[in-house]
Amino acid sequence: MAQTPKPEELAKIEHSPPLMEGWMDRPVEIREGFYCYGAKGKNLAAVGMPNPRDWNPADEDWKLPEDWKEIVLDGFKDRLDRFRSFKLFMDICVRCGACADKCHFFIGSGDPKNMPVLRAELFRSVYRKRFTTAGKLFGKLAGARDLEYNVLKEWWYYLYQCTECRRCSLFCPYGIDTAEITIIGRELTNLLGLNTDWIQAPVANCYRTGNHLGIQPHAYKDMIDFFVDEIEEVTGVRVNPSFNRKGAEILFITPSGDVFADPGTYTAMGYLMLFHYLESMGLDITWSTYASEGGNFGFFTSHEMAKRLNAKMYAEAKRLGVKWILGGECGHMWRVVHQYMDTFNGPPDFLEEPVSPITGTKFENAKGTKMVHITEFTADLIKHNKLKLDPSRNDNLVLTYHDSCNTARGMGIFEEPRYVIKNVCNNFYEMPSGTIREQTFCCGSGAGLNAGENMELRMRGGLPRANAVQHVHEKHGVNMMACICAIDRAALTTLMEYWVPEVQICGVHELVGNALILDGEKDRTTDLRGEPLPGMEDMEEEEDV
Amino acid sequence: MDLIEKIIEKKPAIVKRWLDVLVETYPEDSRVFFKKETDQFANPVGFTFSKELESLVEYVVRGNLGEEASKGLDRIIRIRAVQDFSPSEAVKFVFQLKGIIRDVLGKRGSLEGFAGELELVDKNIDKAGLLAFDIYSMCRERIYELRVGEVRREVGRLLERANLLCQAAQQ
Repeated sequence: MAQTPKPEELAKIEHSPPLMEGWMDRPVEIREGFYCYGAKGKNLAAVGMPNPRDWNPADEDWKLPEDWKEIVLDGFKDRLDRFRSFKLFMDICVRCGACADKCHFFIGSGDPKNMPVLRAELFRSVYRKRFTTAGKLFGKLAGARDLEYNVLKEWWYYLYQCTECRRCSLFCPYGIDTAEITIIGRELTNLLGLNTDWIQAPVANCYRTGNHLGIQPHAYKDMIDFFVDEIEEVTGVRVNPSFNRKGAEILFITPSGDVFADPGTYTAMGYLMLFHYLESMGLDITWSTYASEGGNFGFFTSHEMAKRLNAKMYAEAKRLGVKWILGGECGHMWRVVHQYMDTFNGPPDFLEEPVSPITGTKFENAKGTKMVHITEFTADLIKHNKLKLDPSRNDNLVLTYHDSCNTARGMGIFEEPRYVIKNVCNNFYEMPSGTIREQTFCCGSGAGLNAGENMELRMRGGLPRANAVQHVHEKHGVNMMACICAIDRAALTTLMEYWVPEVQICGVHELVGNALILDGEKDRTTDLRGEPLPGMEDMEEEEDV
Repeated sequence: MDLIEKIIEKKPAIVKRWLDVLVETYPEDSRVFFKKETDQFANPVGFTFSKELESLVEYVVRGNLGEEASKGLDRIIRIRAVQDFSPSEAVKFVFQLKGIIRDVLGKRGSLEGFAGELELVDKNIDKAGLLAFDIYSMCRERIYELRVGEVRREVGRLLERANLLCQAAQQ
């Protein structure tokens, strides 16, 4: 983690801008492939967002209200008053440039406005002009400029080219969290109805049906029933999940990507198998078709929207009368849970401190939120020898592990997934040290950037991650990268197809599902993807004949 | 000594100039980073450019445009295909090798008497340029395929459940 620098180290920092000369004179050019489509009016209206109308970022006219400037500046002032961190981050940056080359978007693009210091400077310049005496008096000389239409467009273009991954913050000697600047900057754009539809549509859907795709309860259950059939086909064992069951001890919430999008679906099968395995040992768990989404695109819109969408987790836990919540493999869901949920919608005094019904382990780290991460839960089971595992079933895989930004930098989960992987697989290789754990490189598609229309942006943003994967692929023959984030599972799959097509992506619990020996299972010949298990390739061919 | 040998002899200077013209296509603030940061994981773009140009010089001037040359060009162009470049800007650096060779070897009349060989080297560079354009097109096609693939993965299962997908009947 970032070390607090000593006074003499700080004294060495040159307090004059070494970079970015003349950047104010370079107007923004909104280029296709690097932005997401504008939010549709109906999706803005669905959750009462301001200025609902259809708009296109490529158009000259963004259909803003006449007093747009006043709205933004009032919003800016309001947030400077409300968020001490934001005020500090506006004031204390010395533009030393330590963060400049740490952003995956800068590394992959060479666009200086992707340097975190300059991305934040887009805001600071207006902050100086409007809220500091020096900026008001000296203008450009003091690095100040006013908010104009093209400045707003520049804000928007680059705010939605930041995945809020916080890698830059790790290297800032002052601990400035650029992600928070992006979060608040995006809030300001949302005051004018300037969200992207890739974020706004899931927000609207989530508010209506509980999940990003707008899937209704019966379809959610139907999808999981489909997995039950598939698991039976692979293992011969029929698992029996329950839904919306009042009085269950534990509520399980996972991102809907696990239920609907490949390859997350195989991770969902892994959860189902694990829960079935533990049923006879005392696990009493239910899924919910209402709290059917762990992800929270409200977090990419505003704090208030994040709170609104997050509220369903505790509401459903209360309605069902469970004791605690188990959470699936997700990235930003966990950032919200870990850093915000307790104060957003807590304290959840109707829940109990989570205790594993199988091992008796108290999850003291979850005392506040009453919500446990599934890799902590599973790692604890393995540590107590509660799972019968056959890691050789994953012998066709040579694994590496991608630390998802939100779970790694956002909440410090480093060891648990690795511990689980090493117990369910025999071949595991780390990527180089500057690219993993707290220094992990982002997938390039987080914070609501995993759309299709900005594919070029995603590919170059994901280049540093892909480059490290390519290294372990060439050196160790790695052919599978595990991760614990639903957006990663979708986005990294695409990223690999462009940069390192020989490597596939999976969730950690897909690997658990493959290795877990269920009571009464048949001799398995395939893994959860229907691919032949090691040594079973010939059998598959015979069956095909 | 033939021209190719002369070029190989001056390879370090040629590679340096080639890297310069490639990196000059980026904004000023980025050039220093691409050139100075030597950690291959902290600076994949700069590292890839230096490494691949180094081996490409020889392949290109000899017209040895097999798998290795293709791979090297691919690694550079795959990056440039997702950056802020038009197609011609993305592959221009290949053709710029002609001028670089003339600049580096042309001093003190070193190229005199090599007109025929120089024409051959130029032709080889043109061939590499055309190969670069093929690679660029493949990368762009891949981008569009990725978009389609994502949509398929996102909703394919739902369509399957809703019986909206039909498979071709077995022959």
